Order: sequence, then structure tokens, then C-alpha cells
Amino acid sequence: MIPIKYNVRSLFVRKANTLMTIVSIAFVVLVYVGVLALGAGLRVAFTASGDNSTVIVLRDGANSEMESYFPTETHRILASMPGVARGADGEPLASGETMTLQILERPDGTETNAVLRGVEDDAFALRPYIRITEGRRFVPGQTEIIVGDQLEGEAGGLELGSTIELGRFTFTVAGIFDSGGSSYGSEIWGNVQEFGDSFRRQNYYSSTRLMAESPAQVDALIEEIESSQQIDVAARGEPGYFEAQSNASSGVFLMLGNLIAVMMGFGACFAAANTMYAQVAARSKEIATLRVLGFRRRTILGVFVLEAAVLGLAAGALGALLALPLNNVSAGTTNFVTFSEIRFVLRTTPDVLGAGVLVATLTAVIGGFFPALSASRAPIATLLREG
Amino acid sequence: MAERLVEISDVTKNYRRDAFDIKVLAGVSMDVSEGEFVALMGPSGSGKSTLLNLLAGIDRPTSGNIRVAGQSLGALNDSQLAGWRHRNVGFVFQFYHLIPVLTAYENLELPLTLTKLSRAQRRRKVDLALEVVGLADRKDHYPRQLSGGQEQRVAIARAIVTDPRLVLADEPTGDLDAGSAQEILDLLAQLNEEFGKTIVMVTHDPRAAERARRELHLDKGRLHSAARH
Repeated sequence: MIPIKYNVRSLFVRKANTLMTIVSIAFVVLVYVGVLALGAGLRVAFTASGDNSTVIVLRDGANSEMESYFPTETHRILASMPGVARGADGEPLASGETMTLQILERPDGTETNAVLRGVEDDAFALRPYIRITEGRRFVPGQTEIIVGDQLEGEAGGLELGSTIELGRFTFTVAGIFDSGGSSYGSEIWGNVQEFGDSFRRQNYYSSTRLMAESPAQVDALIEEIESSQQIDVAARGEPGYFEAQSNASSGVFLMLGNLIAVMMGFGACFAAANTMYAQVAARSKEIATLRVLGFRRRTILGVFVLEAAVLGLAAGALGALLALPLNNVSAGTTNFVTFSEIRFVLRTTPDVLGAGVLVATLTAVIGGFFPALSASRAPIATLLREG
Repeated sequence: MAERLVEISDVTKNYRRDAFDIKVLAGVSMDVSEGEFVALMGPSGSGKSTLLNLLAGIDRPTSGNIRVAGQSLGALNDSQLAGWRHRNVGFVFQFYHLIPVLTAYENLELPLTLTKLSRAQRRRKVDLALEVVGLADRKDHYPRQLSGGQEQRVAIARAIVTDPRLVLADEPTGDLDAGSAQEILDLLAQLNEEFGKTIVMVTHDPRAAERARRELHLDKGRLHSAARH
């Protein structure tokens, strides 16, 4: 086999051409990785929101908390079901919650939809990763709220200590919470009764979250809930609920990423083909020499395809390097299930970067294949005459 | 009586260029015995290089038969021909054709990568070949760091590193000054006399041809005179 240093050094001979191709493919990788990082960030935001032991209950037929509502009586029945874990006080770990969309004004004058989540005390026990980073939790009866870390600075009136009108009441921001990367970071939380009063939606909840006694008991609890004759609700594990929302939103990015990769990759293919045709044309004597030395046509084909792959790997590495600063960059999009704004950070995970390098390599190999084929097919005598 | 290494019987070679058929070789027959050093002479366009290419299995004749080392080349497909060439033929080009991005050592090692030899065995063979051509101290030099004569010596070392029975040289001194040309001819003579290599050398330089043991003359595709030294 011809040593790989032959390929690498050959690419260095025509530095300018090689570099231009590497840069053009690297930009494809940068855009592709950027879009995939959006999708990955969104997926993390959703999957971090799901807990393996938690069951979420909605009105039967509702796809999201935004579409769901049921009487608070239903919540009380759910909380008393067997299989629901109990807290240190011996009470069931259950949180009846409401979800309302609130239009907020950004500092630049544009508007965003934020989720107002009314919760009961157990909401924090059900989501142990929620941590107050500034101030404290809201105190029921004091018309206080806490604000998710991703919303901080997104709209006016959400700073610690400031006040904001939500419905009929004015609320004070008592604390800022770290959502552990979950989608709750884009929400405003307050006491469920106070939000109900403020928006005149007393006696109805959007959802109930219940903690099962263990992750293994989740299915049994769901079956118990759904087989109940008293209530007309649907229950599912929290991870599955958020995964469905994640797929609806991040799927758009995945599709967009692939579309961009194909379109830009098509152009970059030509750059790779151009470089490889130049390599082949400039090295016809070398190709002839290799053939005279006894290397077969398929080896020559392999040499140039490998060279294209080396080109692609270099471009992929550069593109991935350029994309690294995108990690943790904050972004926002619409949750296509609840139509609320969701804030999250881009994630240039190893998978995302790997996909970028793969796209670069494929682009270069596809572009380099036909030049490689022409190099392997040319008769030796012709190569010697023409070189 | 030495074994006949090369047998060429009534070989013709035509090229088609645009609407014209160009007859390059017209019924050439010749033999070369094992251990011979043959100079193939003739003016430009006489078919010398074409005949050499046919002997190396680089090109195929229009008609006729070529046997080298007992193998009829017409019976081999392209892939088999590549393997056969690697085992039996060392080729020296007029313009050396060393791979510019590889050092002298790496250029010599290249054909050996087609064998099952270990790295250490390859190193021994390369070192020996470089020693034969007197360039052991230049093994880490790239072709651009060598003179024309040195490049051609490396190219000769590459041609013999696989220990082929037949060495084919196409105008090996054509691009060299008189002094370097003399060194290359001395080297080829040494390969023939000391190492028993059979050499067929294309040249149009009578002084180069004199170093061979036999001269064959090609003119307009016909082999029509011969001289022995």
C-alpha cells in the first residue's frame, strides 16, 4: 500500500488550492454544525426536563399542558392514587400546575411568549435539579414569582426585586432559578392559586405531576390512572412527554441542517473535485510511474480517494474548530407544541462535531471520486506522453 | 547457452491519431538472452520507446507476441500485468520520475510495499540498493535536493530494489551532462556485469550504445541492423 504520507505531502505541494478547498468545505461544516448544535441544545433542554420517576397527567386527548385543563378535584383524586410516592411529611408527592402564555416585551421592543407556570410546593421536590441562584423561592400569598435563568435579561421587569404585571396582579421577582439546562429555564413560576386568581382561572389545572415510588413503578401508576373510571385523563412518563416536544422542535433543525448540508455540500463538492482534478492533472507522470512500478488501477483509485478523504478530514477538523465557540451560545426558538418561546444554549457535542467531520469527508470523497477514477483509468503510455 | 529472457515475434503497433493510422512498429522480431546488455538505437519516432513500453507491459501490441521470462504478456489482463511487471521488470525513465514528495529512501521503499517483506527486510534491501548506486548518504534527501545524475542513480536503485530479471532504460542519459551520463552508463554496465542484470536500453547516443554488448537499430518501425561489441 502506498504510505499515507504520500497523500498528505502531495496535498501540501499545491497549498493554495488545497487550502481554499479546505476552507470552503470547513464553512459547510460550520453552518451544518451550527444548525445541529441548535437541535442538540434544544434536545438537551427538553430531555433535562424529564424525570424517570415522574408521571405527567393531562386531559385525555391533549398533547401538551397548554391544551390541557381539568378540575382541581381530578388532581386530588390523582394524588391519592396508590403507587404515588410520599414525601417526608407523609403526603403524596404531587404538584397540580397551570400553564399560561404571557406576552413580554424584550428590551429591543420585540415581543416574546413566556410560560407562566403555577405550581404547588411539591413542584420543587419533583424537580430536584431546580436551584435558586439569586434571592429565594416565592412565598404563597405574597404575589411573588421566580424567574428561570434563560429568561434573565430577556424582558424588562424580570430582574430580582423588580415587579411585573401578570394578569390582574402585580408580582415581585423573589428569586432567579437555575433550571439545570432544562426547558423550565424559559419559564416564570409562581403559586398556582395566585396565578389562578390573577387570570380568573380558579379551580382548573393544566397538569398534574406525580412522583412514582420508583422508576420501575411508573408504568403501573400510569395503568392505574388510565384505568380509573372516575377521571378522564391521559398519563405518561415525563421523559416521553418532553421527547415528543423535543422531536417536534429539534426535528425542524435536523431537517434544516441536512438541507443546508446538501445544498452547500453540493457546491463544496465541486471545489473538492476541482482540487482533485488539478492534483490528477499535475501528477499524471507520478500516476504513470506508480503503475509502471506495479501498482494496480484500483490502488491508484484508492490513493486519490484517500487523498480526497484526507482533504475532507482536514476541512472537517477546521470546521469543527471554527464551530467550537458556538458551544453554550444562548438561543431561543418557539416550542412547536406549546408555542411558547424556549431559551436554550447551543451544544456542540461530540456527536454534532462528528457529524460535521463526516459531512466534510463525504463531500470531499464524492468530489474526489471522479478525478480519482479518471486517474486510475488512463493508459500508462498516454499518461507518460501527456504529463 | 544463456536462456532467452525476451522473445518478440512479428510485433506490430499502430496508433490511430484523428483519421490517420500511424504504423509505429512493423513486424519486429528479436530475442534477448539472460544477462545481455542491449542498446536499442534509432532516430526520434523510430519506435524505440514504443518497443520498450511493449516489453514492460505498459502498452499492448496491435499484433504479434511478446514473451518475457517465459510469460506471454498478451495472456495477462491489466491487473496481472501490473503484478508481473512488479516482479520481473525494473524501469528507468529519461526524466527519472522520482516521486517528488518522497525522499530517496521512500522512493525506493515504494515498490517494496507491494511485497510481503517486513519493514526491516525492506530497509535492508533499500540500503543495499542505495549502496550499489553510491548514494547511501543521500537517502533522506528529496529529489529536488539531488543533482540530475544523483536522481537518475536513485531511479536506477528503485528499478533494481525488487531484484527484477530485466531492467529497461528509456534514454537514461538523455537529460544528463556528459560526466553524469558516463556515471550512469558505468552503473548500468556494473549492474549487467557484476549483478547479471539483463538490460535493454533505448538511446540515440552512439557513445552510450557502445557500452552495451549488442546494438539493435530501429528505423521507421523496422529492426534492420545489429552490431556486437
